[in-house]
This record gives sequence, structure tokens and C-alpha cells, in this order.
Amino acid sequence: MSRLTFFLSEAYRALRRNAAPSLAAIVTIAVTVLLIGVLVPVLDASGSKTDDVRSQLELKVFLFDDATNNEISNLQDKIGAIPHVENVEYVSPAAALKILEDRLEDKSLLDQLNSNPLPPAFNVKVDNPDNLESVQTALSPPDSAGKPQPISAAIDEIVTGEQTQQIREVTGAVKILLAVIAVLLAIASVFLVGNTIRLSIYARRREVEVMQLVGATNWFIRWPFVIEGLVVGLFGALIAVGILFLGKVTIVDPLSDNFALVENLNTISFGPLIAALVTGAMVVAALGSGVTLRRFLRI
Amino acid sequence: MARARTRSRLRARRSRMPESHPRPQRPPIVELRDATMVYPGGHVGLERVSISIDRGEFVFLVGPTGCGKSTFIKLLLRDLQPASGTVRVAGKDINDMSRSKVPQLRRRIGTVFQDFKLLPNRTVYDNVAYALQVIGTPRSEIKRQVPEILRMVGLGAKIHNYPDELSGGEQQRVSIARAFVSHPPLLLADEPTGNLDPETSIGIMQLLYRINRTGTTVVVVTHDREMVDKMRRRVIQLYDGRVIRDQAAGMYATDEDTSEFGARVRSELGVAEPDDLDDGGAVL
Repeated sequence: MSRLTFFLSEAYRALRRNAAPSLAAIVTIAVTVLLIGVLVPVLDASGSKTDDVRSQLELKVFLFDDATNNEISNLQDKIGAIPHVENVEYVSPAAALKILEDRLEDKSLLDQLNSNPLPPAFNVKVDNPDNLESVQTALSPPDSAGKPQPISAAIDEIVTGEQTQQIREVTGAVKILLAVIAVLLAIASVFLVGNTIRLSIYARRREVEVMQLVGATNWFIRWPFVIEGLVVGLFGALIAVGILFLGKVTIVDPLSDNFALVENLNTISFGPLIAALVTGAMVVAALGSGVTLRRFLRI
Repeated sequence: MARARTRSRLRARRSRMPESHPRPQRPPIVELRDATMVYPGGHVGLERVSISIDRGEFVFLVGPTGCGKSTFIKLLLRDLQPASGTVRVAGKDINDMSRSKVPQLRRRIGTVFQDFKLLPNRTVYDNVAYALQVIGTPRSEIKRQVPEILRMVGLGAKIHNYPDELSGGEQQRVSIARAFVSHPPLLLADEPTGNLDPETSIGIMQLLYRINRTGTTVVVVTHDREMVDKMRRRVIQLYDGRVIRDQAAGMYATDEDTSEFGARVRSELGVAEPDDLDDGGAVL
């Protein structure tokens, strides 16, 4: 117990006596945490937006106009049984016309039609856009001559959206990019914080030398530094969280009232984000202090 | 390096065998046997050096820069390990010692350096107290012992000053107080008077002599030949990593007390008696 108070008072003394390096470490951590605090929601939101776009990719199976109800319901069951198919939705010609009508600005165009030209169709949703091809192949497996033959005579045509391939490539690239940014940011943060801590410990290597000289064990020397790291991490993170909170209140919240895009952001909420940032900063700073000290503790 | 260490361990085991007989007396506090230290890069710090120092001795280690004096100190603190040979402190082979035991070794050896190695952001009291805090001394004991030792070294009035408010001689006294506060059986002083003027140096030597009179073995490394010759203590001279002189007992009267010692050295060095004698002179 008296040990603990000794370590705490040593850490407090060090922080007070080495105000400049401690402040530098606090500011470094604050900046890093702020950066992560802004980028995590942004990366998270763009990631989920990308997933959103990808999940909308689907197959359309157009049927002949004369397909019977019996054929249609049989086919619906068949398609639903194909692996990776998540959902099969039947769109009747009337329903298709209604959708078209909603999309058109000049509704009078439709009045010029005598009859409904739209065929009945299935919208096939797939669990993962990467499986679109295998589902398509299952719907019309190639015959002995290598020509695709639909599994049902009622199928007129199978269409994957024109841009499916493009969207898949772009969103895939975006996901990789986001992952790379996140990893680089994490590495940069650890190095930045580690380097700052190393500098402040380097300034005190003489102190460590004297401690070893009078026979202090390595952990006895290390504890005050670890506690100091915890405190520095805590203060740095609190400053960053304060700025983040101000930013949320003054910028993000008013925006989300006006823009659906911001409002719909499907991202981590503020509370858990702050908890993660504060804990992360404290752990990194404390570990950084303890590990950096190893270099100076070699007997 | 690792192989060399294993070899030295084997040798240590062999040499320990005769010790199974009951020993007539306590082992020497410091014992080097054929210790060789080669630095990475090929510089030979010590070459087959054998030195034995008994408890209670006051020994000077002299020689020019680079002769192996500092290597000797570092071997005893296990800052370095010999390539071959054994280093024993209080009969214990410290090269067999595990790393985690090294702090325990250092607590039993007081060290004093030319540059004092005081912590600039702590008061005199805190600098000395730190040596006791490290070994887990209760606070009440620290509060009792630190002022006592500071009075003994003559700094009872400067207990709350910071090191940069003290003269060089006073700083060295603080560092001696820190080294001696836990009453270790061995005190190593590496050029303790290297930065000090002759009169201050004599005061420091007198203090070390006083500590020696309490039974602590004192080893002083220095290149101040004049001081050494006048002090008439055992002198071990190193040159190029080898012992070239080991002049021991018979040179001095063992029953000389501290003030007699100071007066004699002063007169032999031609330094005037100081007006401000240490206030703790009667303690020992």
C-alpha cells in the first residue's frame, strides 16, 4: 500500500517537474486521438455506405409474357433454393408499370401506351454481390455445346445490372483503401506517441541510471513511468474528446437536421467511441512508457 | 561471449570445491581471480587480474586513464561481466547471479562517482531518502536515518536545498551520504575528488576514512598519486589492464583516528587546517 502511494507520488513529481515534455506528450496524444476520433466515424460511415450500395446489386430474371401462374410459382421456389440466394421477389407487369410511373417525371408518356409492354420478372437478391455469377450460372447452366440454357422455359432473359461489375470493382477498391488508411493511421499513432514518450524518458535516463545504481528493481523503476503514461494518456484523450464533443454539437448535429446523408450515417455512436478512445490512449501511453523504458533498463 | 561465460562458470564450480572444508574466517569482501575483460571491439579492460580485499580495508586503486580502474568498478557492480575468471563479492560469485538478483547486489555496495550522480530535481533529503525507499525502508525509519547521516557528512543545515545550490564538495558529501545511508559492507568511490580542489578533497577523504572506521570496506579509485602516497593506505596500481603494484599493510598505523588522519594528511600535503570542522566529527 505504501508502495502504491510512493509510486503515485513519484509519478506526480515527475509530471510536475518535467512539465514541458509531459505537455508535449499530452498534446501529441490529444492530436492523435482527435484524428482517430474524426476518422473512425468517417471511415466507418463510408464503409457502411459502400456495403449499402453493394447490397443493392441484384439479378433480374425476365419471363415471357405468357408464363402461367403455375410456372411462375414453381420457378420462384426453384430460384429460392439456389445457394446464396437471399430473396426472390416477383414483379408482375402491373407492378413494373407502377414502378416505371413513379420514376418518370412526365407521366403523360405512359398514356400513349395502349397496353402494358413490361414483362413479368423476378428480382433476385444475393447474399454477397461476389456470388452474382454463380447464381446466374445456376439459373442457366451451359448445355453440352457450352451454350447457356435457362432452367425453365418461362425464362426469357437474365440480366445483371449494367454497372454491376463496375460498382463491384469500385466499392471493393474503396473498402481496401479504407482499410489501408485505418492501418496507416494506427501505425502512425503508435509511432508518434512512442516517439514522444521516448524523448521524455530519454531526458530522464540519468534518473533511471541513479535508480539502478542504488539497487532499484526494474519494476520499481518502471511503475512510476507506467502510471505517468496512464495520466498523460488520460489527459490527452480528455482534451481530444472535449474538442470532438464541441465539433459534434456545433457541426455534425446541425448538419444531420438538414441532410439525410449525414442523418443516415450508420456509424458508431458517440459514447462507445469516446470510451474506446480514452481507454486506447491510456493503454498505448502506459505501454509505450513501460516498453520504451526497457531500452534504458538493460543491466 | 555466452561460451566464455559458461567456461567461467565451470571454473567457478571447480574452484569452489576446496571451500567445502570449514573456512577459518569470513571470505574477502572482494575477490577477483584471473578476471579478464575484453570489450567488444577488442580493447582489453582487464587481463588476468587477481585482487583480494578483506573486510574493513581501505584500498586505493590507481593508474592512468584507460588502465582498467573503471572496468574493475563495473565488474563489481555487474555492469559488466568478465570474459573469463571469477568476481566474488562477500564470497558470492556474482557472475552466477541471475539478472533479477543484481539490484540486491547493488544494495549491498555503496557507490560514489566523480560527477556525484545526484538527481537535480530532488532535495538533498530526497536524494538520500531515495536509496532507502528503493529497498522498502518504512517511512518512519527514513525520517530518522536521513537527517542523521546528513549530520554525519556535515550537511545537517542543507537538508532541504537542491543539489545545484551546493558546492562541489557538498554535493559529493550528499552522494556519499546516499551511498552509506543503508550501511553497506562495501563502498566504491570512483574518482570521488576528481572535480574538487585539494582542501575539499581532503575533507572528502577524511569522510571516507571515517566511514571505513565503522567497519565498511572502502575502495577509492583515483589518479591523484600525491594524495594516495600521503594517505599511506594499501595501493593497488593498474597499468594496461594488469596489476603492477599491490603495496599493502604495514605502511600506516591502523589506530589513527579521523582527526589525526586529517591533520597528518593536511600537513603532508601542505594544506591549512580549515576553520569549519565538520559538526558530526564526534559521531564516530
